[in-house]
Amino acid sequence: MLILNCPYCGVDAEETELAAGGEAHLKRFGPGSSDDEFHDYLFMRENPKGVHFERWRHSNGCGKWFHAARCTQTLEVFGTYSAQTTEPPKEIKDAITAKRPGWTWREYE
Amino acid sequence: MSEPISALNHASYDGIAKVQECGLQGMITLRGDLSDKVLAKAVKDATGQKMPGQREAFVDGESGVCWMSPDELLVLVPYVEVEAKLAAMTNALSGTHALAVNVSDARAVFSISGSSAREVLGKLAPVELSSKAFQPGQIRRSRLAQVAGAFWMDDDQTLRVVCFRSAADYVFNLLKVAAQPGSEVGVY
Repeated sequence: MLILNCPYCGVDAEETELAAGGEAHLKRFGPGSSDDEFHDYLFMRENPKGVHFERWRHSNGCGKWFHAARCTQTLEVFGTYSAQTTEPPKEIKDAITAKRPGWTWREYE
Repeated sequence: MSEPISALNHASYDGIAKVQECGLQGMITLRGDLSDKVLAKAVKDATGQKMPGQREAFVDGESGVCWMSPDELLVLVPYVEVEAKLAAMTNALSGTHALAVNVSDARAVFSISGSSAREVLGKLAPVELSSKAFQPGQIRRSRLAQVAGAFWMDDDQTLRVVCFRSAADYVFNLLKVAAQPGSEVGVY
């Protein structure tokens, strides 16, 4: 069972109280982009065994979206952080580095 | 105008705890910047309560204010006063980026009372309800089996549960099953 701390209401919310929102930090390629870029934006997703960044919504709670960094292999949660950001904050990256030295995910490491 | 009645018209059930539909309760959803002084004053004028912090609920009888999310409050007022209080609030908030809506008729309210009240709700919501973790003065939004609900405590043995009116019957049936005689778990 996955338990994430909602950064907006401070609740340790259990998985059934949350709604998964897919991969985090996608850059949108809309009108004016090439077909390849649009295809990749729509369909190409990470599928890592290990460190992963996701969007979650506290749907049966405060209703806010937030980000979570976790390990898909062990279900270990490295931290959750605000949705008002385009990349993982430094403290989250540091927390991951402390436990998974040498991790990479997309362009982040 | 026809006379308003609540979803289950004060239905009640006695088991390991007493479950009762509380009848009509005036409720106003207020969204805006909670650090705004104008908004805090509008809440104070309507309920006599100060602005709640994260997950706090200041409720006294039929009046009170509950923290719902970083930009949302649930303002409780007596049902007969809701129109007047809403008008006063809307007037006070003109010029402020905020929204107040009367949601009284969209909700149902239940009370669960008795020494096993925490247990009854604990069977339905994925929430730590021990007296160490959950106390009067706090509110928690969660789910009750399959529907959304929020709850706070009036006193140490009385829980008050709010859900959507359309789910009132479902929630009452859930609470009845959870409060069946002989179904104490003995955790809380």
